[in-house]
Amino acid sequence: MNWLLDLTPDEWNAVRLSIKVATVAMIVSLPPGILIALVLARGQFWGKTLLNGLVHLPLILPPVVTGYLLLLTFGRRGPAGAFLAEQFGIVFSFRWTGAALACGVMGFPLMVRAIRLSIEAVDRKMEAAAGTLGANPLWVFGTITLPLILPGLIAGAILSFAKAMGEFGATITFVSNIPNETQTLPSAIYTFTQVPGGDAGALRLTLISIVVSMAALVASEVLARHVGRRMDIE
Amino acid sequence: MTVFVDIGHRLGDFGIDARFESAGRLTALFGPSGSGKTTLINLIAGLIRPDRGRIAVDGRVLVDTDAGLFVPKHKRRIGMVFQDARLFPHMSVAANLRYGRWFTPAAERYADINAVVDLLGIGALLERRPAKLSGGEKQRVAIGRALLASPKLLLMDEPLASLDEARKAEILPYIERLRDETKIPIVYVSHSIAEVARLASDVVVLAQGKVAASGPTGAIMQRLDLLPAEERGEGGGVLDTVVLRHDEAFGMTVLGSAAGEIRVPRLVMPAGAPVRVRIRARDVMIATERPIGLSALNILPGTIVAMEPGEGAVVEVGIDCNGATVLARITGQSRQALKLRLGRKVFAVVKTVSFDSANTGVGLPIEADG
Repeated sequence: MNWLLDLTPDEWNAVRLSIKVATVAMIVSLPPGILIALVLARGQFWGKTLLNGLVHLPLILPPVVTGYLLLLTFGRRGPAGAFLAEQFGIVFSFRWTGAALACGVMGFPLMVRAIRLSIEAVDRKMEAAAGTLGANPLWVFGTITLPLILPGLIAGAILSFAKAMGEFGATITFVSNIPNETQTLPSAIYTFTQVPGGDAGALRLTLISIVVSMAALVASEVLARHVGRRMDIE
Repeated sequence: MTVFVDIGHRLGDFGIDARFESAGRLTALFGPSGSGKTTLINLIAGLIRPDRGRIAVDGRVLVDTDAGLFVPKHKRRIGMVFQDARLFPHMSVAANLRYGRWFTPAAERYADINAVVDLLGIGALLERRPAKLSGGEKQRVAIGRALLASPKLLLMDEPLASLDEARKAEILPYIERLRDETKIPIVYVSHSIAEVARLASDVVVLAQGKVAASGPTGAIMQRLDLLPAEERGEGGGVLDTVVLRHDEAFGMTVLGSAAGEIRVPRLVMPAGAPVRVRIRARDVMIATERPIGLSALNILPGTIVAMEPGEGAVVEVGIDCNGATVLARITGQSRQALKLRLGRKVFAVVKTVSFDSANTGVGLPIEADG
């Protein structure tokens, strides 16, 4: 069993980097995810179908295409990439931040779907009742809507995290496969399978991948049950 | 404290065009389902923006479409109790109660949490979650939550409609206390004559989105033509009385009214307490002479002041008993046999056992009435 836990420094880095990238991707995409879900669930405006399609695009496009589009827009010479680099010093290309961006974009439709469903399930009469008690729309959202959609929020966040842990195509197309910088677990596993004698390393990382994903799933179940019990939604 | 509403609004096929003004302690919006009661109360609460009109509470204009004025619901300081309670499921009862209080400016908080908890008898529920409450308990907490926002007006949208008879009987006394012990005017939506007659000081009758009549409860309840056909038998004279004494030997209470003494089954109220009774028109018999050898105990002398044919064989007769009007439903055949006509002196006969908890309740204190 020793060979299983005896990871090389490079392998450890891949594990750490994957967790970092997935966590950042999940946290950063939560606020826009909630906003877009809210707009799609409640908004009535021209172009809603278009926005919905745009959000879902990464789900239906080949990941390589998404990665290439990111490279065109957020690469050094891309319009958004050049602007962000000049104005804020934020660089995506060939950095771990680029991997986080790619993972966030790939997980975004999953997150928005989960949150949107939970917003649509909220009884708007509760919000009206809070309004008659003196709460303005912002307070209503913070004290009624947000707590009521918490299970959906957790589910969306975990889905986004899990997607980020497994993201491969868009990441490798956008930011390549640089050890210690952009080499996440799937990229490292892929690299192992390309070299002779890499089977043991690939298997080790595969098992770690399974453990991390299972842990995330269990954590979300426990959290959701805890929240559900607090709300007495039987 | 007055509530003024003059509103026009369309919702699909349904249109509402209503105008009323009330200064009553508890104004009932009464009418069959689909008459626009709930729409009207939602307009007052600010949950719906009207097409046209003006709403003012105690001189403060909340809506004036001509001036482009619409005060949003969270700035109106109007409490609302919904038919379905709408307690927040993710908060304890105590947190639900405190919710509105938190948004009330400190200087305007007049409601005291302990007093409200006592008034509604919800002290034992504070730590519980809404899902663990019975329907009646939920409704009491919802009333408390609205009160603790220290509202200037309390709206109640059929708060008893989703409860069974036992739960209704549990809540009614609390609403009576609310009406009598707090200074907040109440607008109460109901389609039940029993509730309106028992609770309301004033009634606005709605039919198909329009105000059919409005006025003090006693006057409105005598107009059987305003009541929906299936409820017409429930209508009748509403008398404000006081407890004179209790007759322990026979388990009865004697009430004093303008019409004379009325004997009802024993009430748990002290002598001097105001009691409002509704004498259902179908429970009243008419005699042309004071009956002898009759089991009915309440025999009220009076004069026939109205006689209207009802549907079918029915004739509705209004009898003025020294200023209090009692209604009777009799058949056309009886009317002919007794030769009843306007101005004739008769006796209204009511059995003691026709009074029950549905038509006998805590009355408004007499001196504050009218």
